[in-house]
Amino acid sequence: MPSLSFDIAHLLAGGLVLLSFVLLYQDRLYALLNTFALHALVLALSVAWQAYVQEAPHLYVTAAIALVFKAIVIPVALHRIIRRLGIHREIETVVGVGPTMLAGIGLVALSMVVMLRVTAGADPLAREDLAFALSVVLLGLLVMVTRRNAVSQVIGFMSLENGLVFAATGAKGMPLVVEISVAFSILIAFIVIGVFLFRIRERFDTVDIHALDRFRGERQ
Amino acid sequence: MNAFSFNPVAGILLIPISASALLALFPNYRLTARLNLSASFLTLASAVSLFFIDRPMPSEYLLVDDLNIVFIVLNTFVGFTTSVFSASYIAHELETGRLTPAYLRFYHAMYQLLMFGMNLALMSNNIGLMWVAIELSTLTTVLMVGIYRTHEALEAAWKYFILGSVGVALALFGTILVYMAARPIVGEGVDAMVWTVLIESVSAFDPALLNVAFVFLLLGYGTKVGLAPLHAWLPDAHAEGPTPISAVLSGLLLNVALYAVLRFKILLAANPEAIAPGPLMVTMGLTSVVFAAFMLYRRRDIKRMFAYSSIEHMGIISFAFGMGGPLANFAGLLHMVMHSLTKSAIFFTVGHISQVKGTQKIADIGGLTETHPWLGWSLVVGVVAIAGLPPLGIFMSEFLVVSSTFAREPLLAIPLVFGLLVAFGALLLRLNGLAFGEPRGSVAPTQASYAPMLAHLALVLAAGIYLPPPLVAWFQHIAGLLG
Repeated sequence: MPSLSFDIAHLLAGGLVLLSFVLLYQDRLYALLNTFALHALVLALSVAWQAYVQEAPHLYVTAAIALVFKAIVIPVALHRIIRRLGIHREIETVVGVGPTMLAGIGLVALSMVVMLRVTAGADPLAREDLAFALSVVLLGLLVMVTRRNAVSQVIGFMSLENGLVFAATGAKGMPLVVEISVAFSILIAFIVIGVFLFRIRERFDTVDIHALDRFRGERQ
Repeated sequence: MNAFSFNPVAGILLIPISASALLALFPNYRLTARLNLSASFLTLASAVSLFFIDRPMPSEYLLVDDLNIVFIVLNTFVGFTTSVFSASYIAHELETGRLTPAYLRFYHAMYQLLMFGMNLALMSNNIGLMWVAIELSTLTTVLMVGIYRTHEALEAAWKYFILGSVGVALALFGTILVYMAARPIVGEGVDAMVWTVLIESVSAFDPALLNVAFVFLLLGYGTKVGLAPLHAWLPDAHAEGPTPISAVLSGLLLNVALYAVLRFKILLAANPEAIAPGPLMVTMGLTSVVFAAFMLYRRRDIKRMFAYSSIEHMGIISFAFGMGGPLANFAGLLHMVMHSLTKSAIFFTVGHISQVKGTQKIADIGGLTETHPWLGWSLVVGVVAIAGLPPLGIFMSEFLVVSSTFAREPLLAIPLVFGLLVAFGALLLRLNGLAFGEPRGSVAPTQASYAPMLAHLALVLAAGIYLPPPLVAWFQHIAGLLG
C-alpha cells in the first residue's frame, strides 16, 4: 500500500506541474480560466489525498477551500467580470510561446536540482512534493511576468499560491496550514474584487512614454 | 497573579484591533480622529510599560524579548505621532474634498488594523503567525494607498499589491522550508515553528535546507523592505497614498519586514554549517544604496524623492546588519531608529507642504523658508538630517557604519561612501530649490500640527549630540544578540 499512496501523490503532483505548463501557453482568457479551475481541482484532490495519507483531518478543510473557492467561486466570478468589463479575450504576451515554454522547462529543472539535492535527508514523498511545489511556484511567477493583462496576472498568482498550499500540505504535520490557506483566500478575494472595483482592463503599462511620465508624476 | 493584573502584551494587540472595529462604526470624523489618537496613545503607553513590568514568558505564539522591544516601542511611538499628524492632515483633505467621510471611516479603521498587524508581526514567536501578520499589514496598506481612487493611486496600489503578494508568497515558501528543516529535530506540530524552540536546536538542522529557506525569506521579506532589485512598488506606494501612510510605510512597515529578515538571520547564524547570511544582505544593501542615490537626482515629485531616500537608508541598515559584529549591528540599530524618526518627520512636513501648495511637484514648490518658516525650516532640518550631516543622529550612525566598514572591509566601504555622497548631493540640490530662493506656489497660511515633526527632529538632534549611557548599553546588548 505505501507504494500505491506514493504513486497517487506523485501522479497528482505531476498533474499540477503539467497544468502549470498548460497555463503557460494559453492565449485566450476563458481557456486560461478553465485551465486554472482544473489546476485548483487537482490541488484539491492532492490535498485531500495528503489528508488521507497523513491521517490529518484538518487538511480536508484546506482541500474543501481549494475545491469550492478556487475551482468554482473564483473562476465563475472572473468569467462574469470578464464579460461585464468587456475585457479583451485574447492575452497579450510579452514573450512568444516557444521561449516561454523553454524557460518553463529550465525553471522546473532548476527546482528539481535545487530541492532534490537540498532535501536528501527527508522522506521521499515530502522531497518530491517540495520539488514539484517549487516548480509550480516558479511557473506561476513565469505566467505573471509573461502576461500583460491584469486578469491573467491574477491567475498566474493564484497558480503560484496553489503551489504554496501544496508545499505546506506536503510538509507533514505543519501547523497553521488551514489558517494560511484561509489567509491566502482572503488575499485572492481582495485581488479579484480589486480587479472588478478598479475596473482594471489591462495592465497599466504602456509604450507611450508620455502616459508613463504622467503616472510617475515626472512630467515637468 | 501578581500585583499588576495589567498585561502590556494584550494591550499592545487588543487596543488597536478593538479600536479598529470601533472606528469602523462611528461616522463622525472629529470623534474618530480623536479616538484614533487616543488608541494610538494607549498602545504606546502599553508598549512603554514593557520596560517596567516583568515581561511575560514567551508562549507558542507571542514573544517579547530584548530585540523586539526596540521595534515595538519605536513602532507604537511613531504610530502615535503619526496619528497626531494624521488628524490635522485629514481635516484638510476633507475640506478640499479629496476624501469623503465614508472613506475616512475606512481610513481610520485600516490605520488601527495596520498597527495591529505590525505589532503582531513584531511580537510573534511563531514564524507562521509572523507571516500572516505581515500579510495583513501589506493588505491594509494596499487599501490605504489606493484610497484617493485616482488613476495613479490605483496603479500604485495594484503594483504594490502584485509585488507585495509575490513577496509574501516567496516568504511563505521559505517559512515552509524552515519548518521542513526543523521537523526531523524538533518533531511535528506547532513547536517546529516556534522561534524560541528553533533557536535552541537550530545547530542540528540540515544546513542545505536552511540555506535555500533563507534565500526565499530574504527575497520575500526583502521585497517588503524595498531592497534594490525588488523595490519597484515602493516609490509609487509612497507617492500616491495619503501622506500619513507614507510616513508609516517608510518609518515602520519597512522596519517590520527587516525585523523578520533579522530573526531568520539570527537563526541561520546559529547553525555553524549554514551559509553566512551577511554577504547576501550586504550585497542587496549596497545595491540599494548606490541605485537609490542615483535615482534621487531625477525625481520631480517630492514624496517620490523621499521614497527613494528610504530605499537608500534601508540599504544602509541592511548593509550594517549584514556586516554584523557588535559595532556594525549597533550602528544599524541606531540608524534604523534615527531613520524612522527623521523620515516620518520629513513626511509630516512634506504632507503639510503639499497640502498648502496643492501639488507634489518639486518644480512648483519654492522659497518655503520665507513663506512658511516653520514648515520650511523643519524641512531643512529634516533633509540635513537625512543627508547625514552633523550634529544630527543620522550622521553618527552613518559614521559608525562607515568607520566600522573601513576597519574591516575597506573595499566595501568605497561603494558605500560613494553612494552616500551621491545621495547627499542630490538631497541638498533639491532642498535648495524647495526651501530657499524665490517663493513659488500658493502662500496661503496653513493649519499644520507642528508638534509631531518637532518632537521627532528634537529626538534626532538630541541623539546626535548626546546618547544617554543606558540607551547605549541597551543597544550594545541587542547588537550582541544579533551576532
